[in-house]
Amino acid sequence: MIDSGNADLISGFRPQMLKFARLQLQDEAAADDAVQEAIESALIGLDRFAGRSALKTWIFTILRHKIIDTLRERGRTVQISSFGRDEGELDEAFDMLFKENEHWSPQGRPQAWGDPEEALAQRQFWQVFETCLEVLPARTARVFMMREFLGFETDEICATLVLTTSNCNVILHRARAALRQCLTHGWFGAEARA
Amino acid sequence: MMKCKDATHLMSEALDRPLSRGERLNLRLHLLFCGGCRAFRQQMDFLRLASRRFLERND
Repeated sequence: MIDSGNADLISGFRPQMLKFARLQLQDEAAADDAVQEAIESALIGLDRFAGRSALKTWIFTILRHKIIDTLRERGRTVQISSFGRDEGELDEAFDMLFKENEHWSPQGRPQAWGDPEEALAQRQFWQVFETCLEVLPARTARVFMMREFLGFETDEICATLVLTTSNCNVILHRARAALRQCLTHGWFGAEARA
Repeated sequence: MMKCKDATHLMSEALDRPLSRGERLNLRLHLLFCGGCRAFRQQMDFLRLASRRFLERND
């Protein structure tokens, strides 16, 4: 029997689930399907769960698996765009941090971030984080999110997206370096100036 | 000495595969003398932590 309180909780998660699925799948219809299927599976096993937090973790785990299945099925049928202009721009921005000899320039050298743990507790931080993800070029974001949000091993990402290992490594490095710079400007740097 | 740019690539790859003994040694040596790369590494670790928390947060 379905406990209607929990069912209400689950529908409360729906907007965040949709947002997450859209971010991963870049496809409205596929995202709707994944969320719908995740909610249906969740409703079946619902009575095993007590507490909002456990329920949320569990339902997002289901959703993550649905998204992983979708990405695996889609695999090679979807052409992932090759190196684009946006990626070139990110590389240029990263190169600007270095001197000719490829050591940090004085302006480019990373400075420690003040209390990053504290940032995780702040709502505005997550808005900045999401914005930083959204401005990544599509392929860069895809590879990063498959690795960090969906927990794929790099081998499988490369195989699914038909990339070489070194290509995969370069893309992950590009994503991380770009997120680091974006968070520095959007959050941690702003904090230091204040 | 390892170049900072190469160090950033190794620090990123360290999140995806075990580094070889030689890579670890070279990187450790580099980090000993390079505050910029030490900050970079902490920030890479933070990105992983933030990605893990991304779904668990409540807002």
